[in-house]
Amino acid sequence: MRWIGSGKDISDLFTFAKGWVTGYASDMTSTTGKSPFWLGFRDALPFLLVVAPFAFLFGVVAADVGLDMLQIIAMSITVFAGASQFTALQLMQEAAPVAIVVITAMAVNLRLVMYSAALTPHLGHAVSWRRVLISYFLVDQTYALSVVRFEDQPQWSLPQKTAYYFGVIAPLYPAWMIASILGALLGTTVPEWLALDFAVPICFLAVVGPMLRSAAHVAAAFVSVALALALAWMPYGTGLLVAAIAAMMAGAQVELWRERARGDD
Amino acid sequence: MTDTQIWIIIAALGIGTFLIRYSFLGLVGSRPMPPIILRHLRYAAVAVLPGLVAPLVLWPEATGGQADPARILAACATLLVGLWTRNFLAAMGAGAAVLYGVIGINALVG
Repeated sequence: MRWIGSGKDISDLFTFAKGWVTGYASDMTSTTGKSPFWLGFRDALPFLLVVAPFAFLFGVVAADVGLDMLQIIAMSITVFAGASQFTALQLMQEAAPVAIVVITAMAVNLRLVMYSAALTPHLGHAVSWRRVLISYFLVDQTYALSVVRFEDQPQWSLPQKTAYYFGVIAPLYPAWMIASILGALLGTTVPEWLALDFAVPICFLAVVGPMLRSAAHVAAAFVSVALALALAWMPYGTGLLVAAIAAMMAGAQVELWRERARGDD
Repeated sequence: MTDTQIWIIIAALGIGTFLIRYSFLGLVGSRPMPPIILRHLRYAAVAVLPGLVAPLVLWPEATGGQADPARILAACATLLVGLWTRNFLAAMGAGAAVLYGVIGINALVG
């Protein structure tokens, strides 16, 4: 499973997590004495700065799109994946058909398959109800911090790894819920000059920028933009789906070329 | 969007996302994934999000589909700062600063 954990897979989050975790790997004597749960809790704290504003904006935009409070809370609880929640909102605003909204928003979440695979060697032997909970809480942050910490602490038992994982989500999950509710409450009072329609594009671009770490990522993003614009005439948001599939293939192809080029050296 | 449609989206997206997360942890186990699938999954997010954003930047609904310098400049600033700093918050901040800066200047001049 070496290839899954290799740094190039995942966004800068991974690099950040690594820097953050190894930052105090040097005072190992103090970390080994700590309970894994609280270690996870502490590791996750800086991510509150990203999670809380993102969730707040989700609440604001969701209220603006016309979801009521119950629907906003329900979406944050059932989906619990920021980028795909925003994708769904955007397509709902464009009145795309239900199936297109769901498929496109799920496509954003496909990266979670990789995370699920990467965590399986560590947490896949937990009892089944715990694996259900672990799966439910699988997000960028739980994945990135856990994979780094588990490699850092190979002697950890399954209960210790599980405790760490739940420690990471412990501050983030309530923050996500509370901030999205606050956003929904305050969202309707936001004046028009704030141009909140543009919060979603800025949010997404801020997510995408740090992701463009290789030629393959840039190629995928480029194909995605070019085809989405060229196919904007296609009905019901299907142009975006076509663009996304082509972009994934472009990314994979460029990666393959680069690998071969390196192999020939 | 009717209420029913919204609830269907919430339920379907919730179930689908859970199954994605549960895929290996719950169903497949430790069997390795074929490299070709992995190679495509790596680009899933970066394949959807830019295409979703591009029309919103170029043809924003708030201006009736007219290209708006404030929004285009803000989008460029967000992307560039994101590329440069690799920091989500810095990128968001830069985008918001440019957006409101240009809107403010427009308001003063206009």
